[in-house]
Amino acid sequence: MTVALAFRNLTLGYDRHPVVHHLEAEIAEGSLTAIVGPNGAGKSTLLKGVIGTMEPLEGRISLGGISRDKIAYLPQQSDVDRSFPISVRDLVAMGLWREIGPFGRLRPHHRDRVAVAISSVGLTGFEDRPIGALSGGQMQRVLFARLLLQEARLVLLDEPFTAIDARTMADLLSVVRRWHGEGRTVLAVLHDFETVRAHFPETLMLARELVAHGPTAEVLTAENQFRARTMAEAPDPDAGVCDRGAA
Amino acid sequence: MIWDAVIQPFADFGFMRRALLGCVAISVGATPVGVFLMLRRMSLTGDAMAHAILPGAAVGYLVAGLSLGAMTVGGMIAGMAVALLSGFVTRATALREDASLAAFYLISLALGVLIVSTRGSNVDLMHVLFGTVLALDDAALILLCSLASLSVFTLALLFRPLVLECADPQFLRSVSGLSAVTHFAFLALVVISLVGSFQALGTLMAVGIMILPSAAARFWSTGIGGLIFVAIAVAILASLSGLLLSYHYSLPSGPAIILVAGIAYGVSLVFGPAGGLIARALPRRHLKA
Repeated sequence: MTVALAFRNLTLGYDRHPVVHHLEAEIAEGSLTAIVGPNGAGKSTLLKGVIGTMEPLEGRISLGGISRDKIAYLPQQSDVDRSFPISVRDLVAMGLWREIGPFGRLRPHHRDRVAVAISSVGLTGFEDRPIGALSGGQMQRVLFARLLLQEARLVLLDEPFTAIDARTMADLLSVVRRWHGEGRTVLAVLHDFETVRAHFPETLMLARELVAHGPTAEVLTAENQFRARTMAEAPDPDAGVCDRGAA
Repeated sequence: MIWDAVIQPFADFGFMRRALLGCVAISVGATPVGVFLMLRRMSLTGDAMAHAILPGAAVGYLVAGLSLGAMTVGGMIAGMAVALLSGFVTRATALREDASLAAFYLISLALGVLIVSTRGSNVDLMHVLFGTVLALDDAALILLCSLASLSVFTLALLFRPLVLECADPQFLRSVSGLSAVTHFAFLALVVISLVGSFQALGTLMAVGIMILPSAAARFWSTGIGGLIFVAIAVAILASLSGLLLSYHYSLPSGPAIILVAGIAYGVSLVFGPAGGLIARALPRRHLKA
């Protein structure tokens, strides 16, 4: 097994309060993994650690052979300014940033790829619409089209199907399956266990500390879910200094 | 008739031609920056930075009198300092950016007026506050045109990262290290534009020629290119008519220009096809699903 991503005694947090605590896990190259756990369990924080917007308080994250610019990330609440006057086509084309940079020209083969990406998420015909005119589901399709163009080796999705209807979710899931088929590593934070069971072979259950990690059927057991639920919701304001070394 | 009203003042008087050239340079150089200020919801930030330029220009004035170079350099230093300081205060303390900007600009304005009054007359103070568009000399014109060229060139270079920084800053940070560079280059552009605009319109009106045409353009165009084009056109027309009004009716020119831009904004607000009041209120049957 080639390791795409390894968490080594990883602790991430805010103001010294750990949100991900002494996490030890390895994500296999080409795997399709769901990250599940209660609110406040550190799922989004973990993804922020991977893309490098958060520095570990302790331990480290090692990217096995995947360079940082081969990671694509879809945040939970993308801060796209929906009132900004930009068309669907232009926003999707920004997925080519790594190839064209700030000054490069959009060549015909780039334009073709933009068109293909837009059609793979079922938005053909919407190219010239301003993003302000899209529904929430359509906007999520746009963001997936942009992710497609990034040609990432590692795709991180933070609650990609929240507030999305069944048909949009099915379409976007087929994009996720395609990534999986192409050997890309996909990590997705999800809440709906039905979706996880049906589409994600691997699951990592997190409740600040690692609860379980492995094949989905073995992780999503009643016992594990109970353990995850007993996690304290808010950090203890009087918490002392953690004296645990490497786990 | 039209000749007398529109052409004659410029044909007869050099200072009118100079004023027009200066205003066109500002319209071309500074107004597009104003469009981005508006799109980034930084219109008030721009206003605050305009006031912040005052103490710098005032110190330049103290040192060298009404010297163009000294006031420009002083203004640029003070403008950048306030932009960076308020950004720093926002990141390092619990104060929000709007509050820290307001604090900085109030302090700057008070300080600037104080500094100018210690040495200069009330006339000098009025010049600094409201500009001297009818008294632009060669040096001032060369400065305005150079700043406009620099601004247009930088905007062209920065266009793609700037659009992305406005539309989806998180994404820009994830694909490129240019986010911070873009942000600070943009702040520098704002300061450059304001310092140029300050020469003609003064510290209180400088931001007007940047924001009002941009706000007006929002009601005529839905694309970024269209916005910039319309904003420049509105700014030039406002400059032209403002200068003519001030000539024919002996009004102060800076406020006349800004007021015409304000009228253009009001008219756009009501009649603009892209979300104007009438376009919104018009009872039109809805379309097929």
